[in-house]
Amino acid sequence: MSAKFKPGDNVRIRVGSPPGHFRTPSYVQGKVGRVEAIHGEFRNPETLAYGKDGLPKQILYLVSLDQTQLWKSYTASLRDRLFIDIYEHWLEPIE
Amino acid sequence: MHDHEHDHRQDNAHASIADTHGDSHYEKRATAIIALLIEKGLVTADEVRRAIEQMDERTPALGAKVVARAWVDPAFKARLLTDAKSACTEVGVDAGTLAHIVALENTDTVHNVVVCTLCSCYPRSILGLPPDWYKSLSYRSRVVKAPRDVLHEFGLDLPLDVEVRVYDSTADMRYLVIPARPPGTKNLSETELATLVTRDSMIGVAKARTPEQ
Repeated sequence: MSAKFKPGDNVRIRVGSPPGHFRTPSYVQGKVGRVEAIHGEFRNPETLAYGKDGLPKQILYLVSLDQTQLWKSYTASLRDRLFIDIYEHWLEPIE
Repeated sequence: MHDHEHDHRQDNAHASIADTHGDSHYEKRATAIIALLIEKGLVTADEVRRAIEQMDERTPALGAKVVARAWVDPAFKARLLTDAKSACTEVGVDAGTLAHIVALENTDTVHNVVVCTLCSCYPRSILGLPPDWYKSLSYRSRVVKAPRDVLHEFGLDLPLDVEVRVYDSTADMRYLVIPARPPGTKNLSETELATLVTRDSMIGVAKARTPEQ
């Protein structure tokens, strides 16, 4: 398994609305987060949903985002974070 | 069905248990698909019934057993945080072949709460079926954006120096929150401790019960 990213890396979640099923919610698209963990390799839900075998498996990451950066109106606490599972092909590197 | 006369009050009583609402479009579709699968010999009616029965057999008591063990045994808790599915088998909880369970620990400084904004992903194999509010658009859309407001509506207010982590289960992982062990529980047995672990505390919208509650 050759993961493109490792825990600690800053990443941007891609913007996109491909035809058919995908599991990257719009509210995190285009946002910057930090890789927290690598969950492992899993079949791609975007093709599994249409009766295909979901191969090749995609690497799935746990990514965390700063809530005050994610939402314009988030004032509750500076510490709060959102944790979300994103597949590798939806992540781009940031310097 | 009734061979006796009855007055208006009994009519109202009957009306309240009569099935008057009819099925939604999706309920009708589901019924039709099940009938078709049975007709084509792909499943039997008994297999459908058994699958539903097995789902109903799963309850939050399974998760509570796991949490209670984590409270009394730090080494078990460490194993649970590393590989939840294997650890669950140590207390006789079988999460099943399909599930990928990850345990999240609530502490003095971190409070975790779980949602599935896309649908209703939930650790069903160790908690049973999710509550209706968990599947509602209101919960799913608001808890990611205003978690402290939503927790407040559930009666839970957390200090600002506690980090609230909302986990959106968008993929294969299913998250189980290990609530913090309540104070004043040092003398309770593992079985007694399990009774304090509520479904809502394992989702993260509440703390575990105290012995007084």
